[in-house]
Amino acid sequence: MSLLTLPKPDDAILARRDEIVRQLKKLVPAATLIADEEGRRTFETDALTAYRCLPLAVVLPQSTEEVSKVLRYCHDNKIKVVPRGAGTSLCGGALPLEDAIVLGVSRMTRVLQIDETNRFARVEAGITNIAVSNAAAVHGFFYAPDPSSQLACTVAGNIAMNSGGAHCLKYGVTTNNLLALRVVLMTGEVVDIGGDYLDSPGYDFLGLITGSEGQFAVVTEATVRLLKSPEGARPMLIGFGSSEAAGACVAGIIAAGIIPQAIEFMDKPAIHVCENFAGAGYPLDVEALLIVEVAGADDEIDLLLEKLTDVAERYAPSVVRVSRNAAESELIWKGRKAAFGAMGQISDYYCMDGVIPLSRLPEALHRIGAICRSHRFRVANIFHAGDGNLHPLILYDANDRGELERAERCGAEILKLCVELGGCLTGEHGVGIEKRGLMPVQFSASDLAQQMRVKTAFDPDWLLNPAKVFPLEEGRDGQ
Amino acid sequence: MTGNLRLGFHAPHAADEIADLVAEAAHAKIPIEVRGRGSKHEVGRPVQAGSVVSTENLVGVSLYEPTELVLSAAAGTPIAEIEAMLDEYGQQLAFEPVDLGPVLGSPPGEGSIGGIFATNLSGSRRILIGAARDHLLGVECVNGWGEPFKSGGRVMKNVTGYDLCKAVAGSWGTLAVITNVTMKVLPRAQETRTLLCFGLPDQTAIEAMCLCHGTPYEVSGAVHLEAPLAARLSNANISGAGAAVTAIRVENFPHSVRYRFGRLKDRLAAYSLSLELDDANSRSFWEEVRTLRMFAGSDRPLWRISTAPSRATKLVAVIARTLDIRVAYDWSGGLIWLDTTLTSDAGAVEIRRAIAEFGGHATLIRAEHTTRASLDVFQPLDLGLAALTRKLKAAFDPAGILNPGHMYPGL
Repeated sequence: MSLLTLPKPDDAILARRDEIVRQLKKLVPAATLIADEEGRRTFETDALTAYRCLPLAVVLPQSTEEVSKVLRYCHDNKIKVVPRGAGTSLCGGALPLEDAIVLGVSRMTRVLQIDETNRFARVEAGITNIAVSNAAAVHGFFYAPDPSSQLACTVAGNIAMNSGGAHCLKYGVTTNNLLALRVVLMTGEVVDIGGDYLDSPGYDFLGLITGSEGQFAVVTEATVRLLKSPEGARPMLIGFGSSEAAGACVAGIIAAGIIPQAIEFMDKPAIHVCENFAGAGYPLDVEALLIVEVAGADDEIDLLLEKLTDVAERYAPSVVRVSRNAAESELIWKGRKAAFGAMGQISDYYCMDGVIPLSRLPEALHRIGAICRSHRFRVANIFHAGDGNLHPLILYDANDRGELERAERCGAEILKLCVELGGCLTGEHGVGIEKRGLMPVQFSASDLAQQMRVKTAFDPDWLLNPAKVFPLEEGRDGQ
Repeated sequence: MTGNLRLGFHAPHAADEIADLVAEAAHAKIPIEVRGRGSKHEVGRPVQAGSVVSTENLVGVSLYEPTELVLSAAAGTPIAEIEAMLDEYGQQLAFEPVDLGPVLGSPPGEGSIGGIFATNLSGSRRILIGAARDHLLGVECVNGWGEPFKSGGRVMKNVTGYDLCKAVAGSWGTLAVITNVTMKVLPRAQETRTLLCFGLPDQTAIEAMCLCHGTPYEVSGAVHLEAPLAARLSNANISGAGAAVTAIRVENFPHSVRYRFGRLKDRLAAYSLSLELDDANSRSFWEEVRTLRMFAGSDRPLWRISTAPSRATKLVAVIARTLDIRVAYDWSGGLIWLDTTLTSDAGAVEIRRAIAEFGGHATLIRAEHTTRASLDVFQPLDLGLAALTRKLKAAFDPAGILNPGHMYPGL
């Protein structure tokens, strides 16, 4: 058995399933409604695959109006709604409930406008993250947030979770790159927030809805800032005999006034797995590896990489390899980009997402190692070092339910450690169902009460994406 | 109740004393005016409250880790003190907080760090690096019940729970009293240089500025001041030119500044570049923009308008049909500062009408007390947003005691 439970479904709603499906059929075109069991099965989980739950029905609307109709109906009939983008959530953020319908925006994928002068793109929110950048690339622009699931994940999901990515040290996360949203409230009311200009008037609903894990509103359209692509970018690879030295080097880089596009960190187990898988030429005798990438024109990159080399030399690196061209850059990134796939080849893994203050990195890695050993797991660490966002991968056997429960306990201890060190439970994956029980570790009762009041302001009946973010016994979901 | 909340001015030395005061006010349903150091006290709709609760005695930087780019300070800490501390380590508040002191008749540098986030006022670099709210990592506040709560934290990436920092930022003390803020700081560039063009018509200037922002050279400032405003700057080469000035800023390591500056000059060849400002002159130019020197020493009503750069001059033209205005464009045209002659409505009718036509939002920054009491200082909201606004206010301050009416009538 696993540790997480879902609230008991509402029998009255379950009993009305046929009628609900009939009513939904009247509201939306037949092709947008999935009621058969096979079809619903596709939506029973997200990327936290240990948890599954078959929803009442699935609706995949093609317009804001259809979203509005469905929400109004559900609101009036007190039916819970689980919004869904591409279902790539690692925290169970899109996990259905038995007595809820899934409302997916994945068929709303159009690019509505690209404005080069004012530098924004207006898109339907079900578009994939990468498709926004691809559409912008034609004009020499890009959309900065780049979560590693960017091939599949949707802008709607990115907004719900305030997604980051490898480049957010320099360019910020989703909330820093939005200009406007069109959202549908649980009542079905459509609200436009912001515009094609900076800073929306009044309270910052744009910022508040971003990262609200689909619990405030369903986002159907977004206007995102576009940035001009840099002339080029190249990484360097630096290997160290200890993670302390690697951590000190990251601090040294920032102290030198350099904000690289990305600073990625891998520990020894991760280096070995990636190297075996990708043959990127990573040194196998180091304890920690940094990949640091800077952008600009070729000359500028050369100079920055020289500066970075000077900084790195102060921390006695055992390997320094600077990319001189695209082929070498690709090789350096090859292992890192393959990391999660490579890890999946050797073992099932449970990916954590805690954040720590960078100055506590050596202590954090040391204690994470000890926690995992105490639970008899191996762990590999791959993460965005510039912002302290750790991704410890706990290697376990998914076919053994006992192992899953143990991995969850191990993960929870790691996240508690992150909070103890001054950090937080989640840097970019979100709370979802996975970490809701840990919220009191980071927040006091009055902190949580204030958050729940805001939830209630948007959705008084707690119908939208229920049983997530807050401990069941704290929120209204358990009632 | 201990009866601490006498009418008058309260500036406790600890956050829990603020919580006690607010709790007492909430219990008695007594409205209070929430203030930082009072430097922006004259902005917004006047608050009708007999008691003032100020955070000016909550001072001190509790955490500064230059290598983690993070700083925490009590809300009343003078912003000047924080900037001086950052400067020692070659760092800065990258969003370049606007200093309204001079346009409100006070010296610059008197605001508090909490006030900057409570008003979300960002300067020229906002267009490259984000707004004040984008740099706010964590807050500690007291809500309208008098309960302390926190949101966010001290790390750069954090999606744990809702982002209440965003709710509080820019809420002008109407949702909660901010008692402590944690912010992201960034390295100060080693070199700053500025390209100047004189005499460009507004629309041409905006095209040139947008062209610059559409390059990969990380232009960190693009302003255009009409001639009467350019004449008010201290640099004699600019004030003496008798023409509008357009300024494009590049900041970076010296090597990159040289390269990028060169490329920008090539791109701008058609726009008759006239002058370059070196590092020292650049810094003083942008400091004057940040403190709005061009609008200081006057009592003309001053407006701050956000719109899309490509519509900025059309919006201004509609306003200029009926009002005598002086205009400065920041954010490559996306931010319009304009002052106008003294009238009973400070030009609100024409300005709101123009906003309705072209999109955006306008805030009246400087006006007489009576004017601010009688019209919408902040952009009126449409019905949907207004309803959400009321609900959010009630979720933080159900009795409506924190800065009542400061942003919107009845809120």
